[in-house]
Amino acid sequence: MTFFLQLIVTGVAVGSIYALAALGFVLIYKSSRVINFAQGELIAIGAFITYGLTVWAGLNIWLSLAIAIGLMYLLGQGIERVFLRPMIGEPIISVIMVTIALASVLSGLVYFTPFGTLTARFPSYLPDTPLRFGGIVLRWEHLVGILLTVIFISVLLWFFTRSTLGIAMRAVADDQMASLSVGVSIEKVFALAWAAAAMSATAAGFVVGSLYGLELAGLIAIGLRVFPVVILGGLDSIAGAIVGGITIGILEQLASGYLDQYVPGGGTGEVFPFVILIVLLLFKPYGLFGTKEIERV
Amino acid sequence: MTEVATTASRPQEFGEIQLEVNNIEVVYHDIVQVLRGVSLMIPKGKIVALLGTNGAGKTTTLRAISGLLKPENGQVREGYIKFAGQMIHQRSGQAIVKAGIVQVPEGRRVFKHLTVEENLRVGSITRRDVQAVREDLARVYEIFPALTRLRHRQAGYTSGGEQQMVAIGRALMANPKLLLLDEPSLGLAPLLVRDIFERVKAVNKEGTTILVVEQNASIALGVADYGYVMEQGRIVLEGPAAELKNNPDVKEFYMGMTEGGGRKSFKEIKSYKRRKRWM
Repeated sequence: MTFFLQLIVTGVAVGSIYALAALGFVLIYKSSRVINFAQGELIAIGAFITYGLTVWAGLNIWLSLAIAIGLMYLLGQGIERVFLRPMIGEPIISVIMVTIALASVLSGLVYFTPFGTLTARFPSYLPDTPLRFGGIVLRWEHLVGILLTVIFISVLLWFFTRSTLGIAMRAVADDQMASLSVGVSIEKVFALAWAAAAMSATAAGFVVGSLYGLELAGLIAIGLRVFPVVILGGLDSIAGAIVGGITIGILEQLASGYLDQYVPGGGTGEVFPFVILIVLLLFKPYGLFGTKEIERV
Repeated sequence: MTEVATTASRPQEFGEIQLEVNNIEVVYHDIVQVLRGVSLMIPKGKIVALLGTNGAGKTTTLRAISGLLKPENGQVREGYIKFAGQMIHQRSGQAIVKAGIVQVPEGRRVFKHLTVEENLRVGSITRRDVQAVREDLARVYEIFPALTRLRHRQAGYTSGGEQQMVAIGRALMANPKLLLLDEPSLGLAPLLVRDIFERVKAVNKEGTTILVVEQNASIALGVADYGYVMEQGRIVLEGPAAELKNNPDVKEFYMGMTEGGGRKSFKEIKSYKRRKRWM
């Protein structure tokens, strides 16, 4: 029983990192229907900036994270202005191609910096001894991940349901022409979505870096884990990103805890979530929380 | 017919001109010319109707005024549009909303996944005067009391008439000086159409100028002060609404009535010859 609970707890912790990584992806898709293939690169850049600020500039790690999130806000806005804005009005598939190119450009740029070949860890900033609840163990880094996820999601939920700008972002997702007719700036909304995506990616990169160390390919790979999460949860649902993230996290842990022993070489944790995903999509093609079209006759 | 004879016959005589559309030509995709020299004058505080058949260029005229041509790859190539003394035909849609012109798009286009109240709030996106926005929200619920009990319902699950109210209410939340309505009667039952036009009149009474595009000529001329008729990208006829209502051609082409006042039979289609002379 303790073993089972341990897997669940670790699953929730890992899953909340996935949720954090997926949030930005969902925001961009929700407002502009663009699938962002550069999410992994944003995660990596956010983590590297935090590392640079704390190790080279010698700042406090939390301050570094806050500054990095601020810088990534600017980077997100910049990316939208330079790469995405000229594409407004073009077919969605072309815009998605641009994000694939963007991924290559960003990782290419990282290779010009010392971060391209860096393998490092954040200076330790948390107690080494993990938290214990009875027999269940939780690493401090995992707790930080859960807290950051909770903070980001609360802020976003508040923003999207209470602030007029947030509601306008959802309106743009619904009907761009009608939003224009009352003076919503589509460009501003898209830029904000990219900025928010870059910010939550930074938080995800920070947690992943704290847990597994900083290394370009590893961080980018987290971006790929986003796909099963958002497809499971529904591409345009924040709640879906959370539930999808945590579900994938738990499934991964359960699979590697219980199934790995029967499979030579292990690695079922990587595969099992996708099996569930395929089965689920047969019954819920929009994902668990995806928006269905409202049709009135 | 005992219409009170109004002495005014030109738009200027109805009041100070708030919007002047001067001889504009609109071209889509740099090649398709839709408007060929359209001129309109809209007196402040009045209701003006813009009539015409499908494809006459009515919606394009509205878009030219509200700055919504650009998303459709259209542009005003000739002429100018002047609103409250300022040239606006090169401005962005957002700037035009801020200047005080808001268009209610054809087919309502409510935000289906947002609640009724959220729809209304989006209308206030360009405004910073929080207190006045709150008052305007209350005012919209006053004009459309039916929306009050629907405020937390997803707009996609309200009826067509309710959606039209949401769309108009949403535009009112931007506090427009000039409201552009594109076919508010589209797809609504006659009783609802009359209701919507009553509300439009009420909005106008509070001081908002209204330009309404309609295919339902009789109801539009019923509330309007002045009217324009468009065909093939041109204004072909204009005059005080009371006069247009009694114009035999308007009656025949847009209200489907014969000179005798009865309903027109589809057998008498020779009128197309007379109509051709206009174009």
